[in-house]
Amino acid sequence: MTAVEVPPRVVGTRLRRREDPALLTGEARFVADLTVPGTLHAAIVRSPVAHARIRSVDLAPALALPGVVAAYTGEDLQGDWAATLPCAWPVTADMKSPAHRPLAVGTVNYVGDAVAVVLAESEYAAHDAAEAVVVDYDPLAAVLDLEDAASDRVLVHEDLGTNVSYTWELSPDPDAVERAFAEAAHTVSGRYVQQRLLPSAMEPRGVLVVPHPFGGDFTVYSATQIPHILRVMLAVTVGVPETSLRVVAPSVGGGFGSKLNVYAEEALALALARKTRKPVRWIEERSEQAVSTIHGRGQIQHIDLAADAGGRITAVRVRLLADMGAYLQLVTPGVPLLGAFLYTGVYDVGAYSFSCTSVFTTKTPTDAYRGAGRPEATYAIERAIDALAREMDLDPAEIRRRNFIPADRFPYDSVAGLVFDSGNYVAALDRCLEIAGYEELRADQARRREEGDPRQIGLGLSSYVEMCGLAPSRVLASLNYSAGGWEAATVRVLPTGKVQVVTGTSPHGQGHETSWSMIAADRLGISPGDVEVLHSDTAVAPYGMDTYGSRSLAVGGTAVYLATERVIDKARRIAAHQLEAAEEDVRLVAGQFQVQGSPDRAMPLAAVAFEAFTAHNLPEGMEPNLEASSHFDPPNFTFPFGTHLAVVEVDTETGAARLLRYVAVDDCGNQINPLIVEGQVHGGIVQGAAQALWEEASYDDDGNLVSTTLADYLVPSAAEVPTFETDSTVTPSPTNPMGVKGVGEAGTIAAAPAVMNAIVDALSTHGVSDIDMPASPQRICRAIQEVRP
Amino acid sequence: MKVSVRVNGVGHEHEVEPRTLLVHYLRDVVGLTGTNIGCDTSSCGACTVLIGGESVKSCTVLAVQADGADITTIEGLADGDRLHPVQEAFREHHALQCGYCTPGMVMAAVSLLAENPDPTEAEVREGLEGNLCRCTGYHNIVKAILAAARVPAESAAS
Ligand code: FES
Ligand code: FES
Repeated sequence: MTAVEVPPRVVGTRLRRREDPALLTGEARFVADLTVPGTLHAAIVRSPVAHARIRSVDLAPALALPGVVAAYTGEDLQGDWAATLPCAWPVTADMKSPAHRPLAVGTVNYVGDAVAVVLAESEYAAHDAAEAVVVDYDPLAAVLDLEDAASDRVLVHEDLGTNVSYTWELSPDPDAVERAFAEAAHTVSGRYVQQRLLPSAMEPRGVLVVPHPFGGDFTVYSATQIPHILRVMLAVTVGVPETSLRVVAPSVGGGFGSKLNVYAEEALALALARKTRKPVRWIEERSEQAVSTIHGRGQIQHIDLAADAGGRITAVRVRLLADMGAYLQLVTPGVPLLGAFLYTGVYDVGAYSFSCTSVFTTKTPTDAYRGAGRPEATYAIERAIDALAREMDLDPAEIRRRNFIPADRFPYDSVAGLVFDSGNYVAALDRCLEIAGYEELRADQARRREEGDPRQIGLGLSSYVEMCGLAPSRVLASLNYSAGGWEAATVRVLPTGKVQVVTGTSPHGQGHETSWSMIAADRLGISPGDVEVLHSDTAVAPYGMDTYGSRSLAVGGTAVYLATERVIDKARRIAAHQLEAAEEDVRLVAGQFQVQGSPDRAMPLAAVAFEAFTAHNLPEGMEPNLEASSHFDPPNFTFPFGTHLAVVEVDTETGAARLLRYVAVDDCGNQINPLIVEGQVHGGIVQGAAQALWEEASYDDDGNLVSTTLADYLVPSAAEVPTFETDSTVTPSPTNPMGVKGVGEAGTIAAAPAVMNAIVDALSTHGVSDIDMPASPQRICRAIQEVRP
Repeated sequence: MKVSVRVNGVGHEHEVEPRTLLVHYLRDVVGLTGTNIGCDTSSCGACTVLIGGESVKSCTVLAVQADGADITTIEGLADGDRLHPVQEAFREHHALQCGYCTPGMVMAAVSLLAENPDPTEAEVREGLEGNLCRCTGYHNIVKAILAAARVPAESAAS
């Protein structure tokens, strides 16, 4: 790397987003906005029963309707697949994975399982036709409860012989754990339920496949977070050469993990476009989405802490039961593992053991949802440390202080085998308490308690660390993940001096066009307005690992940075040649290559780019043009952290819980654009708080999902949440040259435990020590009644 | 059935199936795809447009019911290259991330401010109850609307 001295100018500023004008005026194109003449509209016939043999499927009534072009059952399309739908994360060698066909064959295994597909000339006609298909089911027993599923009383997939997909353990020193519990002065145990959640991106999923019949090629437009991974996986699943597939993610309306997948409908649309030689389009309906898009969470967590007399945690022991749903989607089995490394949280713990048993149920498959494993881990340890504080009669802030990994211990070797790159946990806690006015809040709480006020307040702390920047490829290999974790970028300076950045990340709300332009512009000393950012189209950006897991900046942004450095290196050599100076004497200052000591001998970047383009006078042996690429494989994860505080008022008579205040202090290392960082935190907080207070994908005893619409599944509105108080500390990461960490999931990770700790805190004088999420008024009232003598 | 409406100042007349929802008519027939669809239970507000200046969820109205109406969609809000003050405030305060809820949210905000030009934070939050956003946590949306309310009337009108 070079020692280019460019004063930081753009990076770190609150630059307004370049993405916004198109989105604010309706000009942006989401997949449902794309139209191609002659398109066939697909509608899916879905199982209304949780578990059944398919006796027969009668397509004739559908085919008889006007505008219907074709209809197929799973049997009909058996020959159209080169492979079943992919799971890229076989976490153990003996993991059980049922065959997952885009359309069910023989049995259906959850409400929503796709049974048949109809193609029609209009969307209305397709939906009418799907309703006309008659399917005869021979019902089987549903498998809903996780503990019951693990007992194998009823099997979801008979051919697997068990409902257990895998058991995975991480137990570096089991004897040390035993010893710590034997010698502990205090122990606490918790059983926490991570309810299923619907990710609920505001844009439903959708796909449009346009065939080019005479070339045998296909363009796939999909509302996806992962156009690159999707291309490879569709090639393998549908049996289309990768060279014949172009995948484009147009404007995508949020993902949160739910669009980090390879879905049946994407494979179907491609296979049907190949079969019919017509464009095929499928747009998900919201109430369909509730069953047809992956769910998040779905775990039962057992956590035990051992602590010494001073409240220092000596061991953490975790047992998980994780709900895979009916099939393994792209990374379903890996989600609990992403949490496995973080159950010791921000604390200096010497002994740890973790085991996870993952089971099939007759429900929609689970998979990555904002945070994926890390919110679950943080929830368990943060709830448990509060329980320890109550047991020892210590303030939650004090017990955290006693256990934090000290700032002078970084890089810190965690007991789970990670190296936490940098951190200063106590600083974030202190700042959070200061902003909140913690002492006054405690005084208010004491006053309300004394007065017997029916409206009690609770303070809930949550100190978190997460692993971001997914991921060092070698670590992924050790976890049996089937791909790498690098990211690609190309930077090219065009003949006029305008710059193109090509990235392998695929934004869907994160503002990468703005941030990546800032990174390149900053290094080059030009205006970000002169930098164009190209992405989300495999024809334009052939290499990429896409956007999920707070990886884009730490991995993809770093690739942009490194490619820019390489471009600068080459440009400096050209400038030195042109200016007849020694290379080491030429510096890039504010967009000009200057000869040190003689500022009048200078060449702007644009002039160098033009020389590179004409190639009339380049150094001997140098190739034309100014372009460089980087494929950055991070040497480590990054470890953002922070402390959040929720202040919740609980009405002990009605059970109503209201979020009064929420203070968040996050440290995501150096920030490229604080405006975007704050936005990520705000949105994350609401998603985490929503798990604590409102959202639950619940099933009835027959295996029907009860909350299928936004009227039943309570995604909060502006009226339910307060304005947030946010701040940050800055502890740069040593893992990458910009010192950045990632922030996409922080809010969600921190918020659920903060809110639940606050509710339990509010009710602790009533004797309540736990409430399941979401903490509805009914649950809160029941909890108060149950402990009442 | 025949439907005749003005959309963003332009007259349109079409034959439509009686069951056609206004949102589908605007998107598929008139070709204005800025109005988004986020649900099928009139819960999300992504489809909000103005009919006679008042915000309406266009998935709750049949196209034929809108016959004769004067409709404004997100495409009709900016004045050429000049964003409407609410759009401008959304950009200034980073009130959008993925932007999917944004057209509906902006239309709802425009109508909210028309009814109550100087709302409190609580009034803004309550006024937006029918519009869901999964990205922003509403923090910056509320901030943007309160800021737009403070834009002096002359600059908003010009
Ligand atoms: S699409 Fe109209 S309210 Fe959701
Ligand atoms: S900005 Fe994504 S839903 Fe509101």
